[in-house]
Amino acid sequence: MGCFMGKTIAEKIFDAHRVDNPSEDVHVIRLDAVFCHEITTPIAINDLVDRGKDRVFDPGKIKVVIDHVTPAKDSKTAMQGKILRDWARRHNIPDFFDIGRNGICHALFPEMGFVRPGFTVIMGDSHTCTHGAFGAFAAGVGTTDLEVGILKGVCAFHYPSTIRIDITGRMPEGVFAKDVILFIIHQLGVNGATNKVLEFTGPVVDAMSMESRMTLCNMAVEAGGTSGICYPDMTTVEYLWKFTKDDYADKASALDHFKTFHSDPGARYDRVLEFDVSRLEPMVTFGFKPDQVMPVREMASTRIDQVYIGSCTNGRIEDLRVAAQVLSGKKISDSIRGIVSPATPEAFRLAMEEGLLKIFLDAGFCVTNPTCGACLGMSNGVLAEGEVCAATTNRNFNGRMGKGGMVHLVSPATAAASAIAGTIVNSELYKGSS
Amino acid sequence: MKNFSGNILFLDRSDINTDEIIPAKYLTEISKQALKPYLLEDLKLVGFDPQRDIDGKQVILTRANFGCGSSREHAPWALEVNGIHLVIGENFARIFRQNMFNCGMMAVELPDSIIDSIFRKFAGQNTYLETDLDKNTFILTAQGLSQEVPFSISEFDRSLVASGGWVEYADRKY
Ligand code: SF4
Repeated sequence: MGCFMGKTIAEKIFDAHRVDNPSEDVHVIRLDAVFCHEITTPIAINDLVDRGKDRVFDPGKIKVVIDHVTPAKDSKTAMQGKILRDWARRHNIPDFFDIGRNGICHALFPEMGFVRPGFTVIMGDSHTCTHGAFGAFAAGVGTTDLEVGILKGVCAFHYPSTIRIDITGRMPEGVFAKDVILFIIHQLGVNGATNKVLEFTGPVVDAMSMESRMTLCNMAVEAGGTSGICYPDMTTVEYLWKFTKDDYADKASALDHFKTFHSDPGARYDRVLEFDVSRLEPMVTFGFKPDQVMPVREMASTRIDQVYIGSCTNGRIEDLRVAAQVLSGKKISDSIRGIVSPATPEAFRLAMEEGLLKIFLDAGFCVTNPTCGACLGMSNGVLAEGEVCAATTNRNFNGRMGKGGMVHLVSPATAAASAIAGTIVNSELYKGSS
Repeated sequence: MKNFSGNILFLDRSDINTDEIIPAKYLTEISKQALKPYLLEDLKLVGFDPQRDIDGKQVILTRANFGCGSSREHAPWALEVNGIHLVIGENFARIFRQNMFNCGMMAVELPDSIIDSIFRKFAGQNTYLETDLDKNTFILTAQGLSQEVPFSISEFDRSLVASGGWVEYADRKY
C-alpha cells in the first residue's frame, strides 16, 4: 500500500492489532475483549475441557453474562447456565453477570464500559456488530473462533473492506434510528454487505446518541455486515467518561485520542452510499427477511396479537422513554398482549425512577426482567402458530419468535402506538412527511 | 491429524444446506457427540436414507454450494462425530468451508467436470478413497475401477489440517 493512501477505521484497528499474517489475506489479530453468553459458550468450554486446554488467555478481558434465557426455563437451559457459571468461577473471571445483575449482552457490556474506541471484540453471537458504535471492530464468530479467542486472545479475519454510508438531511420528528437502519437494509439487501464492514457517518449519525448508534450498528449483520462502525466523538467521550476519567487529563484529550479512530480522508472504500433521511417515514418489515421493508403507512391496519418492546436493538432506556411517551395515559387494545423487557438492570432502574414502568403497567403491559427472551422465541412471549407480533427486535426470520409466528420489526414508537391501536400504525410522534 | 481416507457417501445434489446437515432443533445440545444420530436427517434426496447410508462412510462427495445457510458449526461437528472428515465438492459456502478447516477437517474443491465424471463412474458402487496429502492426490478404487485425482489446498489450510484444527494451531503458535 502506498504511503499516500489513507486508511479506514477498521484497517487502522487491524494494523494496530495484527500478530500474524499466515497466508495472503488471513490476518490474525489480538483481541481486547471476548464476550460470552450461555447459548454458544458452553459447547466451546466443553470442547476445551475435552482437549485438556481448559484455560483462558486473560480473565480480565473475558466478559460473561447469562442473558438469553434467564431465569432458566427448563433443565437444558439450566445446564447451559451452570456450565458457564462454573467455568467463570474456576477461572476467576471478575466480570460475570448472573441473574439480578444480568442484561442483554450487547446492551449490558457497553453500559459497563467494556467497549472502547479502537478495540477488537468477538463473541459467539451475530449481533456483536453492535459494539462498533464506539469506533471498535466487533464481530460475531463461530464456536471454534470463540474457543481460540478464549484460549489465546486472537482471531483470524480477512482484511476488512468497508462500505461507507453517509446519512444526511434532517431526521423528521417521530422517525428513529430503527427506521433508518431498516431503510438501509432494504436498500442493501440481506447479502448486500456480506464480508464487509459498514461505516455509518454523516451529520445524522453525529447528532445521534450512543443508544441510537448502537441500534444502527446492531442491524449491520442483517445486511450481512461483519461489523458496524461509527466515528467516536464527544458523545462517545461523554458516554464513557465515568470509566475513562482516570486515563485522560480532560474530555478534550480523550476526544483527541478517540479521533485517531476516524477514517482518513483518502481511505479506500468498497462503496460509498448516501442516504438523505429528510423524507424518511417510520418503517416496518413484512415477510421473513429483514430487507423486506415498507413504510408503516402502507402496512397500517395489519392485525397483530402481541407487541414486544425489548432486545439488543431497542431495549435501552432511550427506547423505553419513547415508548412510554406514546403510551402515557393510554391503554393498549384488549386484543393485544404487550410485553416490555428493559435490556439491562440499569435501564430497568431508570425506567422505575422516571415513572416509565408505571406508564407501561397502567397501559396494560407486562414488564419482564432484562433478558433476550421472546426475541429468539425461547421464553417470555413465544408466539403460537399463526400469531403476529410487532417487535422492536432485529430478526423477522420464519419462526424466530415461535414456530409458525410472524414478526414485524418496528421502532419502539411504532410498537407502542400499535399496541394501543391493535393494528400496525404510525405513532402520534410522527407528524407526516413535509 | 485426522484420517481423510475411507468409503464414499455420494450425495448427488447442489445447495445442501446446514439445516439439512443438522436441523436447528438440535442446537440446544451441549456436546458434539449428541449430534451423531441426526446427521443429514432432513436431507431431501431421492433414494437416500440416513439410517442406512451413513454408517461406514468417511468421505462425502457432492456437487456445488454444500453447507449454505446458517453459520452453525454444528454442521462440521455432526460430520466429525460420524467419522466423516472430508467433503469433496465443486465449491462450498464460505463459513462452512472455514468451519471445516477450523475443525481440522477438509472441504476440497474439484472442477465440476471431474466431480461429474466421478459421479458417472463410481456412484452406486462401493468406492474407497485414499487421500495422499504429500502428493496432493485422491486415489479412488471400486470393483475393477481405479482413478487418481489431483487436488490443491492453501498452505494455511494445510497447516490447520496438520495441526488438527485452529484451536491446536493457535495454541501452538500464539
Ligand atoms: S436480544 Fe435477540 S438478537 Fe439480541 S442478543 Fe438477544 S437473542 Fe440475540
